[in-house]
Amino acid sequence: MSLATTTTAPRPGTRITDRAAAERRLGWALVAPALLAMVGVTAYPLARAVWLSLYSYRITDPAGREFVGLRNYGVVLGDHLWWSDVVTTVLITVVTVGVELVVGFLFASVMHRVVFGRRLIRTSILLPYGIITVVAAFAWKYAFAIDTGFVNHATGFGEFSWFGQRPSALVVIALAEIWKTTPFMSLLLLAGLAQVPGELLEAAEVDGATRTQRLFRVTLPNMKAAIMVALLFRTLDAYRIFDTVFVMTSGAQGTETVSFLAYRQTITRTALGLGSAVSVLLFASVVLIALVFVKGFGVDLGRARGER
Amino acid sequence: MHPPPGSRRAGQRTTGTTEAATALSPTSWVEGPIGSTTVWGTSRSVRLAIVLVALGGLLGAACSGGDTGAATPVLGWYINPDNGGQAELAAACSAAAGGRYRITVSTLPNDASGQREQLVRRLAAKDSSIALMSLDPPFVAEFAEAGFLRPFTAAEAAALTDGVLSGPVEGATWHGRLVVAPFWANSQLLWYRKSAAARAGLDPAAGPVTWDQLIAGAERAGATVEVQGNRYEGYTVFISALVASAGGQVLERPEAGRDARPALDTPAGHRAAEVISRLAHSKAADPGLATAEEETARAAFQGPRGGFMVNWAYVYGAASEAVASGALDRGVLSDIGWARWPRVNPDQPSRPPLGGIDLGVSAFTPHPDLAADAVGCLTAADSQRRYMLKSKNPAARGVVYDDPEVRRVFPMADLIREAIGDAAPRSKTPYYTDVSAAVARTFHPPASVDPARTPAAANRLVVGVLHDRVLL
Repeated sequence: MSLATTTTAPRPGTRITDRAAAERRLGWALVAPALLAMVGVTAYPLARAVWLSLYSYRITDPAGREFVGLRNYGVVLGDHLWWSDVVTTVLITVVTVGVELVVGFLFASVMHRVVFGRRLIRTSILLPYGIITVVAAFAWKYAFAIDTGFVNHATGFGEFSWFGQRPSALVVIALAEIWKTTPFMSLLLLAGLAQVPGELLEAAEVDGATRTQRLFRVTLPNMKAAIMVALLFRTLDAYRIFDTVFVMTSGAQGTETVSFLAYRQTITRTALGLGSAVSVLLFASVVLIALVFVKGFGVDLGRARGER
Repeated sequence: MHPPPGSRRAGQRTTGTTEAATALSPTSWVEGPIGSTTVWGTSRSVRLAIVLVALGGLLGAACSGGDTGAATPVLGWYINPDNGGQAELAAACSAAAGGRYRITVSTLPNDASGQREQLVRRLAAKDSSIALMSLDPPFVAEFAEAGFLRPFTAAEAAALTDGVLSGPVEGATWHGRLVVAPFWANSQLLWYRKSAAARAGLDPAAGPVTWDQLIAGAERAGATVEVQGNRYEGYTVFISALVASAGGQVLERPEAGRDARPALDTPAGHRAAEVISRLAHSKAADPGLATAEEETARAAFQGPRGGFMVNWAYVYGAASEAVASGALDRGVLSDIGWARWPRVNPDQPSRPPLGGIDLGVSAFTPHPDLAADAVGCLTAADSQRRYMLKSKNPAARGVVYDDPEVRRVFPMADLIREAIGDAAPRSKTPYYTDVSAAVARTFHPPASVDPARTPAAANRLVVGVLHDRVLL
């Protein structure tokens, strides 16, 4: 997005020729349908959510609708449920993204180096990512189920109820998430690995750099952009986690996440005002995360795609 | 990320047409440039062929999605899952309609909250595929207030409530109009093991017992008193019945919507909290009280320590079936006795909880009159009798209980009829889900209930929840 604006924006001091102006018009004309569709499907719902969040409104009690201004935001931010859900979500995000980064990098190295059976290895590593999240969540849930699951039988946990208390439930949720999305992480990192110039690594080797030094001094700095983009994408995804929690615990035992809170207020309680406020705050957190990554860590989405 | 599983059905419905549309666009886009470089006639016939194929696809999708027997109006009935009893009635009433309408059933999720959630979502979008719906009584007020239900006319109401027990009629009425038709009704009984009662020195069959006598007796007998104590709707049912039996109610003026006043911080509310607290700290409580639901309570009641239990009317039928399939010892079945729900105060008759299923006609069906007609057939006394025998769920019409076959399967038929007649509906408020969740949350876990503090805390939470001042 930022890339598109920088390349099409007029550079100060340059004169725009007729041809350039015509091309720009054509560009707008070509992009207009897509832009309109984007406005229709993203900007409108977003604006409507903001609008609804200013009301105390149940869908099942239309007559009781009442304008309350920003009160809903005060209620959400002043409620300990919101904060405990934020903590849970951040915990899941940090743990899963951290583990995924390390494991994903190992997978990416394997996929990058392997010579024989390359296709087979890449396919098998990417397989979990092709499975629908809900299906994966059910598979993990049944694996850890107390009655029919194989995990307890295989590991000698006996009658341990994995979803019976918060820590173990979070462990299973995190495991399922990691299993499911590590392939995505390794795919992004593989693209970064491919960008590390081979001659640099050779030169370092000739200069006597050890394997560790080559990894930390050459490989990682050269793929920093790819790593940051991978982290950004995965953090945004992980922060919005919903399906796995929905399937495994329905938010019981303190495993409720922010998305789930928004779902319960809006869909279950049909409290559209409060639910919209939670959704808007969730959206704001996601924007904040993206901002921190882009501004704070200087992530350049264009460069990671190899466009510059 | 992904839509919740419940919305899958809605997605599937549109798949046919979407596929046809996407099949059309890429083909025509690719063919366009190629066509323009070839002879005009060819390009034209190619285009014509594409349009014809695409139209055919759309038509095919439309036909497969729509009704094949176009002449007969189809009434979609959204049912709670059962053992096939409702589908059987749908077929019987379709046949009896003589081609005027045909009823098809669609099954809703397993638990009552999931059923409500899907119905609300569909009705809020004015889904015209719903003509009839099986509705839990506590959600009637919400659906009626939201304008989801087509109220019955006075003439229809007279026929639909003829001979129906008073509890279910009260639960089916909102602002003086019958908005749903009682289909089957339910209430809880005190179930006891005769052996345990003998050891406890109690005879519930002889006369009403109180909760205090029950708990003390179970302690003496080394048996448990099974109730539903998980943090869910069933626990609110238990609390509400205790409050009602003590002469109170959970909400004052529940019909006032969000301005309803919670009335738990009252003598009745305190008495209810005392009973819960007493039971939770007694050795007669089940170790799993805080997670006990209907089925777990029933399993424990049939087990070695089982003594007493409050539970719905299906218990005896379920135990009989377990004996028939060899899962339960016959001795246990003959040891089971039944009595009226226990009293809270010795001098005050108990008010057992009201359950069951009502049938509503959607406000958005194109065939409201046919649907009302179908409700008449589905809730007729004979339909209720068939359903009671097939699904073991008690009828709403009193006359059904006089049927010899019913009396054979339900030896306690008269007691069930009496309990349903005297049952107290749960708070009739459009905000029932919120009120129920708030009450269950404050009273959970049962061992934490403090008669001096918990009712007042529940009051505060209910008010906050009704006015969007707290998240739930």
